[in-house]
This record gives sequence, structure tokens and C-alpha cells, in this order.
Amino acid sequence: MALEPCTEVPAQASNLSPANAVLKERGQREVFCGLTGIVWLHRKMQDAFFLVVGSRTCAHLIQSAAGVMIFAEPRFGTAILGERDLAGLADANEELDRVVDQLLSRRPDIGTLFLVGSCPSEVIKLDLAKAAERLNHRFFPKVRILNYSGSGIETTFTQGEDACLGSMVPILPPSNDDSPSLMVVGSLADVVEDQFQRLFDKLGIGPVYFFPPRRAANLPPIGKGTKLLIAQPFLSDTVRSLVARGATLLPTTYPLGIAGTTAWLKTAADAWGIGSEIFDQAIAPSVSRAETALDRYRQVLTGRKAFLFPDSQLEIPLARFLARECGMDLVEVGTPYIDRLLMDREIALLPAGTMLSEGQDVEKQLDRCRQAKPDITVCGLGLANPLEAEGMATKWSIELVFSPIQGYEQAADLAELFARPLERRRRLAV
Amino acid sequence: MELTLWTYEGPPHVGAMRVATSMEGVHYVLHAPQGDTYADLLFTMIERRDRRPPVTYTTFQARDLGGDTAEMVKTSVRDAYERFKPQVMLVGESCTAELIQDQPGSLAKGMNMPIPIVSLELPAYSKKENWGASETLYHLVRTLLLPSVPKPLVPKPQRDRHIRPKANIIGPTALGFRCRDDIREVMKLLAEIGVDVNVIAPMGADAADILRIPEADFNICLYPEVALTTCNWLNRSFGQAIVKTVPIGVGATRDFIAEIGRVADIDVSDALARSQSDTLGNWDAARLSSAADPMTSRLPWYSRSVDSTYLTGKRVFIFGDATHAIAAARIATEELGFTLVGIGTYSREFAKEIRAIAKQHDLEAVISDDYLAVEAAVAEAAPELVLGTQMERHIAKRLGIPCAVISAPIHVQDVPARYSPQMGWEGANVIFDSWVHPLMMGLEEHLIGMFKEDFEFAEGHMSHLHKAPTREIAEVVVPEMHQVVNDSQIALNPDLHTLTWSADGEAELKKIPFFVRGKIKRNTEKFASDRGINLITLETLYDAKAQIGK
Repeated sequence: MALEPCTEVPAQASNLSPANAVLKERGQREVFCGLTGIVWLHRKMQDAFFLVVGSRTCAHLIQSAAGVMIFAEPRFGTAILGERDLAGLADANEELDRVVDQLLSRRPDIGTLFLVGSCPSEVIKLDLAKAAERLNHRFFPKVRILNYSGSGIETTFTQGEDACLGSMVPILPPSNDDSPSLMVVGSLADVVEDQFQRLFDKLGIGPVYFFPPRRAANLPPIGKGTKLLIAQPFLSDTVRSLVARGATLLPTTYPLGIAGTTAWLKTAADAWGIGSEIFDQAIAPSVSRAETALDRYRQVLTGRKAFLFPDSQLEIPLARFLARECGMDLVEVGTPYIDRLLMDREIALLPAGTMLSEGQDVEKQLDRCRQAKPDITVCGLGLANPLEAEGMATKWSIELVFSPIQGYEQAADLAELFARPLERRRRLAV
Repeated sequence: MELTLWTYEGPPHVGAMRVATSMEGVHYVLHAPQGDTYADLLFTMIERRDRRPPVTYTTFQARDLGGDTAEMVKTSVRDAYERFKPQVMLVGESCTAELIQDQPGSLAKGMNMPIPIVSLELPAYSKKENWGASETLYHLVRTLLLPSVPKPLVPKPQRDRHIRPKANIIGPTALGFRCRDDIREVMKLLAEIGVDVNVIAPMGADAADILRIPEADFNICLYPEVALTTCNWLNRSFGQAIVKTVPIGVGATRDFIAEIGRVADIDVSDALARSQSDTLGNWDAARLSSAADPMTSRLPWYSRSVDSTYLTGKRVFIFGDATHAIAAARIATEELGFTLVGIGTYSREFAKEIRAIAKQHDLEAVISDDYLAVEAAVAEAAPELVLGTQMERHIAKRLGIPCAVISAPIHVQDVPARYSPQMGWEGANVIFDSWVHPLMMGLEEHLIGMFKEDFEFAEGHMSHLHKAPTREIAEVVVPEMHQVVNDSQIALNPDLHTLTWSADGEAELKKIPFFVRGKIKRNTEKFASDRGINLITLETLYDAKAQIGK
């Protein structure tokens, strides 16, 4: 379930000056719910199907987001609750069984079925965990049925992936021995995974498992030797459950930008006792390439002001990259949640005095944004065009979740995403 | 519970948002959980609006459920009024808020706000988007106009013959299919026949405009799904007649003009005569110089020109909201010469009208919002063209059938920058182009029918679309479940299972052009089973063809 935001600044974090205090706001939140995670998870794990149990609103959300693509075979759907379900006239469990039967007979190729909880199903306390257990009795091993909640009342946007991965943790097979292995946690673009795999091979780190896997059926093993390298900052619950299964967390920053990627890889290298010389040698070609590529965009971005609205929890690592590697000034860095366990190292790298905000009161935040007149505003698609019409350059934040942005080869691409709106404004003469 | 892969309509509060976003000076406070703000994107992205929708969401979270969510509603109403100073406020719930029953509408009404508050009761678990839009428009108009309803209703005084008649255009909304350009086209038509536009609502109207609605002589119910309830109330309360013909298609546009002539008591014979007589090529200098406003459509000539002969009898399946489906059926059969092989709608309120059309064509209408039932009906009808919604594009892709969008739900590509109405003379031009485009071009169709072994132009190839060969309709299996969900539409002959095709029969079948092969296969199998033939040979195929035709 959703983490309570942890906003108190620990006293021992001496690098946080009082000026770094977090502004905590409550009010209207202009964010997605966790169901949106389905939009990329259905591509990451092609043998999985996501069945939301919710209302027409939930169905409408997903198709409005993903329905611009034309699907011969949809990989997600909704079991829409009707009045009979709410009035208790229909046995919810029987109804769900019927719907799952119907779905699996249309799509016999489905290997893993996620029952995804929504606001309505959570409010009426429909026990999907029990339903998944019951359905597994019928369909396992041909189909495995899992359950998580992507409801808006509990999860914000990328937390849907956290909940989804969290639901897979209990079924990860135990590893046969306690010998060390690396588990990279968080959805990465296939090309990024392959790059990291090559770097780990070069460093002699292995075996390496990526979680989530490309097929939901190929689950990575876990055990006392498993060391966790976290690729995405929004995986609070998943990380805690992996640790509860005996894995060790390698605390680090996230692989965004050159410095972020180096620190991330170095954490793994240290855990494998790789000497500095070997490490430097292994990353040198990639680093020097990335420096060259990034320089072009650094020139465009240096000295520009950035304002980040809360969206995905990627905001703090992104702000760190924009400030330290692109020379940008940070006006405000908004984020839906701050999990100190996963974010302290990133916060420590932000320039002193950076204004951090957790939660949102969107009207007030818009007022602050308009007042600050940033050069680039990172925000959701509900705000982007309206702000552009007010004369502000925006970078729509969802793209950062849908693009390969991690690792050395993508450092310049990441910077380009922020430079592109500025370049576009420069080009357009009408 | 209902398994839904794609939904034809959003929840009813999205309909309410469409009305609020269409208007000026209207604000909507929506009690909804965090995440329901996704609906803003429908307007800022799909419709590319440059302003945020005038909607304030309470965005409650799990931790708020233990507390006072009703207080969140009051705070939102107060803050929204202070910040946006609207003329009218709508207050309502989304599906999750409906479960926790805070009664936001009554709460807001009890706050003594200095503006009218419209409390929206939109049952999210039984009603849908268009119903929500229709109810919202009705309650908004009724709230504002109730004080000025004459009691008892006095008959409307005779219009002064020297003053041009005035009409309201009711129904165009944000996220409606091509509403933006339809209005312009309808205004052109009205100008042509001497009718003034009084108020367009909800699109672009504010509270003061709504108050002016009774000044018009009659109402044009342009989008019945949204406007009919309101038009009926205006008719009862203010005696305003309703023009019900929707001017989509050349014939319907002529009928629309004629109906206005009757309702407004004006002479429209010039406009009708021009549209009848002036249907040739439009290539002379006089016509070209006034081409900006042709006052007639090119569709009749384009459709009569010999290049369109191959369109004759193309089998078409139509699905959408009732208004667009009804219009499409008439255009397809009377103006393009297609054969209607299936029709349906998700607008249950207008099922009767759709059933009537289906009956004329000896078909069973598909009245359903079940995507899977529609998919099954399309597979069964094996059409050569599907005219539907964004959802039918998924179906058509699966079945490998050309498809054009004629109705909401739509996605971003159907809110184009160019002028692209569906209504009026220009609307018919747009329709001709967009419906014919997905079909294989005539020459290519002939050549692929003659020569099967080309290395580039293979089966199903459409070189004008850069489209690779598609899956064959004939080979797409109708899955078992469809027979369960949709027994009425699918009367698969149980004897079919005993039929087999001989090698020469099957080889010959493969020589039939791919887009009619599905139908020929079905016809032949039916022919065989009707006559107790178990093995279908080459001879059976041609016997069936001779008996049944194409």
C-alpha cells in the first residue's frame, strides 16, 4: 500500500541546510494514478495481461492514454463494476471468475494475469488478493494470477510499477546458494538493459538479473547473496519486500547523467571488490563519448531556470542532473513523495538551498511558477499546453518515463529532452 | 461486472466536463480521487486546448477517507469561486466519490454562494458520457431559464416577416466529433437561406447567452445525444420548435434546409434548386473563382464519375453514436452506392431509429456497448470497409479490413488542424475523401485480381497506403466466447463443422480477391450445407457463385 510520506528532515543529515527544508503541500493534485503504469508495463512484459477491476473511469483513463495505438490484441482491459456488484446482488467473486474465464478463452496466450485494484474496488473493499489466490488454484501453472493496487487514492503514477513489481516479489524463485548476484530493479528500456549488461560483463560483475524481466514467466531468483541495484527511484515497497526476502540493498544515486551512472555502477563495482583502475578503464570509452555528446546541450541549458512539477518521483534525480551536469538553476523541485531511504543520496547532491516540495496544491504551485518565470517547466500534459499558451516553455514529464534516459549513451539524449523545447521555440517563426 | 477491452463512452462526469469546458464562465467542482485529473488531458491533448478545463477536483487520497472528505468539497467550492469568479458553478461526483456519498451538490447549495449552483446527479455505475453531457446541459439551461418560463405558456407571436428568423444551435461540445467545423458549416448553410444564429450552446456560450436562448424562433438539435433533452424542455417551456434533421450527407443537408423552411416559414427553394442542379464537375472559371463558398457539394459528381463505379456494392459495416451511424448509412447506400451489411450503435437511447434502418436493409442492428459483441458482428458480416469509431480501428486491424472513423470516441488524429466538417456541403466532400481513401484503388484492385504472383503487389497490399498484406478475413476465427455473448447476431450453422474443402476448391478460393474472399467462403459453405454437400469442390464454389452472386 502507499507509503506515508516521510517529510521530516533527519537531524544527522548535516549536508541539508535549513534552506533545504521541504515544502509540504496539500490541495488539488494534478497527477496520474498508478493504473497508468500499465501503459508501459504491458510492453515490458509481453506475456502479461492487466485486468483492472474498477469503473468506467478506469477503463477510460487507460484507453485515453494508450488507445491512440491500434491494438489487434489488447493487453489490458477493465472488469467494470455495475450497480448489481455494488448492491451486492451479484457475488463479486463469481462475477470476477466469469470475467477471467471469458478473457482467458479469448487470449489463451496469456501467461501472467495481473488483477489490478482501483479506487472503487479498494473503497468497496473487494478482496482481489483472495480472488487471485482462488483463480490460481484453477489456472496455475498455465496462467499465474497476481494482484496489486493501482488506485489513485493509494498510488501516484509510477507507484503503479512499484505495486506491480511488489506483487511479483513473493513468487521470485529462491536462489540455490548464497553466492553473490546482482539484481537491477526497475523497468528499463531494452537498449539500456543491454548496455548495462555489457558494462557489467566488462567489469566482471555477475550474474546480473533485471527485474522486471522481459517475460513475466522468466522471474529472477532471489536469496541472501542477491544485491539490489535500484534503477528507478519510485520502488519503495518493492525494495523493502526484496530486502525482506534476504537481498541486500546497495544504496546509491540513480543512473541519470554521467556522474549518476558512474556512481551507480561504482556502487556495484565496490560490492564486487573491483579495483578503481579496472573500473575506470571499463567505463572510460563510454564516459568520454558521453562527455562529448552532453557538452552540446550543456551550452544550451547552462544558466537556464528549471521548475519541476510533481509527477513520477524522478524529479529529484533529474534536478540533480540538470543542476550538476547541465548547469541549470533550480527554481522548485516538486515530487509526489520523498522516500528518504531511496532519495537521501540524491537530495545530498542538490545545490544548497534548492526548494523541494512534496505533495501539491496545483493552483498555488502554478502561481509560484508564473511568478518565477522559469526557462523550462517540467509538468504533466494537463498543464503543458495551457502553460505554453501563457508563453512558458514546457517539457512534458511523462516522456521521461517512456524514453531511454538512463546510462552513459543516453546522458545527452536526456539533456536533449530539455533542450528540445527551447530549440523548437528558437526555430519557429510563426 | 462486465469485461471491457475498450469502452465506447467515458463515465458521465466526463460528459459534464465536456459541457463545462465548452462554455465560458462556468466552473465545475468535481469530487474525485487523486488521478481523475487525467480527464484534463482529453481537452489539453486530444483536443489541443490552450487552457486548463474549468474543473477543480478535490483529489482525495486514502488517508483522507478516514477524515472529513465533505469538508474538502466545501474548501474546493470556496477556493474555486474565489479564484475563478464563475457565473455558474456545477458541482458533482466521479464514480469513487459516488461510493462515499458526501452529497457535494447539496453541500455546495447550502453554502449560500452568490452564484447559481447546479447540483449534478450522474449515476456513474449505470450511465455514461453522452448521458452525462445531456443531463448537465439540461440542468444548467433549466436552472438559468426556469425563472423566465412564461406561465401559462402563451403561443409564440407570429414572426414579423421583415425580420430574419433566428435559430439556436444546440448540442456542439468539446470532444464532440468535428463539432468545431460543423458549426461553421451549419452557419454557412443558415446564412445561405436567410436564418440568423441566436445562440450556439454549449460550445462558446456563457450564462448570459443561455439566458438569451428563448429569443430565438426555433432550436436546431444538431447533436441529439447531447441536445435532445434540452430541446424538448425548451419546446415545452418556450414553445420553440425543434429542427431534428442532422445535416450530414448531401441528402440529409437538403432535408435539413427543407425542414428549416417549414419550421421557420421561409422560402428555401433557391438553395435546394442550386444543390440539385449544380452537381457537375465544378471546373469552369466562374465556379473556381467562387470556389471558396460553393453552396453545393462535390460528392454527387465525384460519386457519379466513372472512377467511382467500382465502389458499387462494396460491403460496409457501420457503427458509432446513433446520429453519425444513421447519417453514414444513408450516405453509404444512397450517395456512394455501397451495400450495408451491418449497422449498430452504442447510443441505446436511439436504438429504435437504428433498428428501423437495419430492417430496411434486412439486417439485425447491433445495439451494444460491448466491444467484443461488435467485433464478433464485424467478423461475421465480413465487410470490405468498416465505418466506425476509434474502437473499430482496433477491430479492423485485427480482421485486416479497411476502416474510416465516423464518430466519437476519437483520438488526437481526428481533431485535425484543417477544416474538416462532417455536416453540410463541405462535410460531404470531406466524407467522400476519407471513406474512399482506405479502400484499394480501382486499378490495383483489378490487377491483383488478375495476377496473383507479383513479388511486390501481393495479396492485401495497398500501395497507396504503404500497407503490407493484411491477415485474411476468411481465416480469422470467431472465438468461441462470441457465440456466448452475442448469440442473436451469430447464427453459425452447426452443420458447417462437417464441411470440408477439396484441394482444388481451396486453391480456387485463394484466387478470389482477398477482401471478398471471406464472404464468398461463407456463402459457399452455406450453399453446400443447405444442399447437404459435405465436400466443397471447385464446382461447388462456382455453383454457389452462380446461385448467390457476389
